[in-house]
Amino acid sequence: MNIFDNKIEFRGFLIGALVLVFLLPMLNALTSPDSFLHVSSFQLSLWGKYVTYAVLAMSLNILWGYTGLLCLCQSLFFALGAYAFGMYLVLHIGIDEVYNTPLPVFMDFQGYTELPWYWAPFEYGAFAVFAAMAIPGVVALIFGILVFRSRIKGVYFSIITQALTYALMLLFFKNNLELFGQSYILFGGNNGLNDFKEIFGADVDSASTQRWLFIGSVLLMLSVYLLVAWVLKTKFGKVQQAIRDSENRIRFSGYSTTSYKLLIFTVCAMIAGAAGALYVPQVGGINANEMTPAKSLDVVVWVAFGGRGTKFGPVLGAVVVSVLKSFFLRAAPDSWLIILGAIFIFTVLFMPNGLVGLPQQLKPWIDRLKSRKATTSPVS
Amino acid sequence: MAHVPSEKHTPLILSVDGVTKSFDGFKAINDLNFYLEEGELRTVIGPNGAGKSTFMDLITARTKPDSGRIRYHQDDGSDVDLTRVREHQVSQLGIGRKFQNPTIYKSHTVYDNLQLSLSGKRGLLSSLFYKETKENRDKIYDVLETIRLSEFADRLAGSLSHGQKQWLEIGMLLAQDPKIMLVDEPAAGMSDEETDRTGELLLSLEGKHSLIVIEHDMEFVRQIARRVTVLHQGHVLKEGSFDFVRSDPEVIEVYLGRQTRNH
Repeated sequence: MNIFDNKIEFRGFLIGALVLVFLLPMLNALTSPDSFLHVSSFQLSLWGKYVTYAVLAMSLNILWGYTGLLCLCQSLFFALGAYAFGMYLVLHIGIDEVYNTPLPVFMDFQGYTELPWYWAPFEYGAFAVFAAMAIPGVVALIFGILVFRSRIKGVYFSIITQALTYALMLLFFKNNLELFGQSYILFGGNNGLNDFKEIFGADVDSASTQRWLFIGSVLLMLSVYLLVAWVLKTKFGKVQQAIRDSENRIRFSGYSTTSYKLLIFTVCAMIAGAAGALYVPQVGGINANEMTPAKSLDVVVWVAFGGRGTKFGPVLGAVVVSVLKSFFLRAAPDSWLIILGAIFIFTVLFMPNGLVGLPQQLKPWIDRLKSRKATTSPVS
Repeated sequence: MAHVPSEKHTPLILSVDGVTKSFDGFKAINDLNFYLEEGELRTVIGPNGAGKSTFMDLITARTKPDSGRIRYHQDDGSDVDLTRVREHQVSQLGIGRKFQNPTIYKSHTVYDNLQLSLSGKRGLLSSLFYKETKENRDKIYDVLETIRLSEFADRLAGSLSHGQKQWLEIGMLLAQDPKIMLVDEPAAGMSDEETDRTGELLLSLEGKHSLIVIEHDMEFVRQIARRVTVLHQGHVLKEGSFDFVRSDPEVIEVYLGRQTRNH
């Protein structure tokens, strides 16, 4: 079964994959820095970050675009994945020169002399990779059972997911958690986890590490794309969209919408977590600011702007908005939020199908222009 | 005053015994008794607030009664207590419901709408690895033929006319091979011609399925009526042929009278 809609999509996917997996990393590794074709390591890791954003947007699109669940906690899952992998990274910094401690410095500040048991497994990279997906997955599963079983939907679902984000953000901002007379160290509070040195035995900031992280992010994005394309071709994908269009009907047709939504929600949380895990070594840190509700709203803007319920739209939206953000934060820092708001309002009012839907939307106009030209131009 | 069949010519498929359901003290359904025979086409009428929709909600396990029993008599002779099953299981038992407003999957094609409704496994894995067989396809084309939408198979359901949507939803029920079909105001908002066709469609299903049709439009009821049940204040007021019911003074008072006064 061909999972692509047509040849154009298939070729586009292939070309995109070749360029991102081979061409860009090779231009970074093999050309000299003076060359016109050179892609700098800074550029590469910047684009690596955008790619992880694109994956995040795709995960929201599966929920919002295809299942009708406007989830406002996707950035939370992303950050949970980032924290899980960041814990591994922060445990491999080695002995701090200034404070002379083998522990992460924020633990030293709190008077810890040895690693708490719940931090210990994160010394292992494989565990951290697993946890980066499993932790968001488990949180989504438990939360989803509560929410979907009580049939919370629509705007109420959005609000409650935002509340979850806010609650966990407050928790992650704390340095310490006092629970039943016991004090638990958390995740570095305000500063979060940063200043990484090593990843799987390699220097985290070296050009080759960053290159592999970029390739890893791209492979994740391509796999998620294939997953979405495949599911859309199955009956599962049709059920998903039927839940969006008419949940009562599909439930009366005998589908347990609760289990469908639960599976989708959990898988999307895991995808977001995986993206977060790839984000953290490329950006060099994670802190609770990534959990603010506004971050999840950003993802909504990306998806809406790119084209909700389309396969490529979220990727495009995430990248374009992120590039614009990078540009405006340098050119006119204070203007960015206004511009972001304007983009969103413009999208809602004038581009219901986003960037991807624009050609289709403009087609009648162009046709009319053409026909007007045809009628007014003299017949020779 | 429900019609309790004493001589069992045709076996029963559904028995509702002494069911009561109240919302905030208001008795939407009050000691309701209702019996449906296999293959019967039953029309249920009643003024607004008579409890018609609650009645359907109860049969489809959408709401649970405060008291009373709702039994579904299966082919193998066993009974299922419908007050104890979950909503999505009701359709697997063989009870399909058509909502009052056409509810279809607007961004799917007419064909896919039926495919999703086709009887079969409903689990996560079975839908991920679903393979359409020739049998499935034939069944879908059969249903398309019955609801006269064959030529629209590839159209998006959202682009159909109101009447066609209603037929599609009836088709979606048929695709499930239901034993009992609950049809809520199928002719609402239809043109006269569409209403006629809907009537023909429902009559053609009589015998193959057991149907409960809720309807307001008396012209339409006259067309399809076999046995008519009149609900009033959550209770069966009268039951009998269309003419019997229509000439009953009590019915005229609570329902028909009110309707003629309104017009």
